[in-house]
Amino acid sequence: MIAIIGLIVGVVVGLVLKPDVPIGLEPYLPIAVVAALDAVFGALRAFLDGIFDDKVFVVSFISNVFIAALIVFLGDKLGVGAQLSTGVIVVLGIRIFANVAAIRRHIFHA
Amino acid sequence: MTEQQPDQQADQVTATSGEVPPEPTARQRAVRALLHPGRGQITAGALLVVLGIAAVTQVRLAGTDDEYGGMRQSDLIQALNGLQAASRRNDQDIRDLEKTRDSLRDSSERTATALEQARSELGALGILAGTLPASGPGVRITVTVPDSGISLNYLLDGIEELRDAGAEAMEINDAVRVVAQTSFEAADGGVNVDGRVLSSPFVIDVIGDPEGLTAALKFPGGFVEDLALDEGTVDIKQDQKIEISVIRPATAPRYAESSQGE
Repeated sequence: MIAIIGLIVGVVVGLVLKPDVPIGLEPYLPIAVVAALDAVFGALRAFLDGIFDDKVFVVSFISNVFIAALIVFLGDKLGVGAQLSTGVIVVLGIRIFANVAAIRRHIFHA
Repeated sequence: MTEQQPDQQADQVTATSGEVPPEPTARQRAVRALLHPGRGQITAGALLVVLGIAAVTQVRLAGTDDEYGGMRQSDLIQALNGLQAASRRNDQDIRDLEKTRDSLRDSSERTATALEQARSELGALGILAGTLPASGPGVRITVTVPDSGISLNYLLDGIEELRDAGAEAMEINDAVRVVAQTSFEAADGGVNVDGRVLSSPFVIDVIGDPEGLTAALKFPGGFVEDLALDEGTVDIKQDQKIEISVIRPATAPRYAESSQGE
């Protein structure tokens, strides 16, 4: 419940404050958002599995975001930023799909 | 994610929960977490606040018109190349269209010239055919014959002489325009010209070279001397401005067709 309220609060705050993103971080924001979504769905699945641990969630969330941004940053430095960010998005997307499939089986038993 | 593998399948999980019946089902756990949130949810909630802010910001950034703002250098170079190619194509288009425009302008100028020519031709032909009023230098011939007894032959001869001398437009008594199709017929009390009976004095307005027209009537054995045989008198007045206002309706030929291409 608190998690859902937190998400809603975040959306509202983002809509109201319209925070500015530094130009340097702009390419990493979408990747970071997708990585965080992956962490959230993973956590939801773990919760439904009964093995949820908030410490693990915090660590996975932050490391997910950080590593995704790092990969894209490295890709930019190596000149393959567009390709690497596409790769990261694809991998995270697959993981999100797998997690959502598991969640779906938990909730709907199908 | 550190707490589980993405390829872990849900059927394994259900198998596990099948082995341990007292463990609450996923649905029960979800309901309980919704109703009685624990302390662990607070950190998760905080992180989700951050996620919400970031997601909304990203959506807003992606929705803005500044489509080049978030692009990488290579993307920008590609976009620049694309724009340059488009610009080259557009230049080519501009050249083609200018060529088309020039050719159209040429053809429209030619059309205007042809139109101008056609108009002047129309004027000339209209004067010849009697469909347009005309004015210019010429002579006014007043023929007075007693009892309008003019010989048709003399009148026709006179008109032929005038045509020979370059008469360009002619009318009689301000009533009948004399053109190629004009007919003359003897009638009671005068002459029937194109269906109208005219009587003395006959006033013939002629546009042409005044000197030449006068000479064409006055030569020995000409119109003036002929009319003297009919006891008529001819008065020739040269004028720099003769007005011919009678017009004939234009008639399209019914049988004759132009055998020339144009």
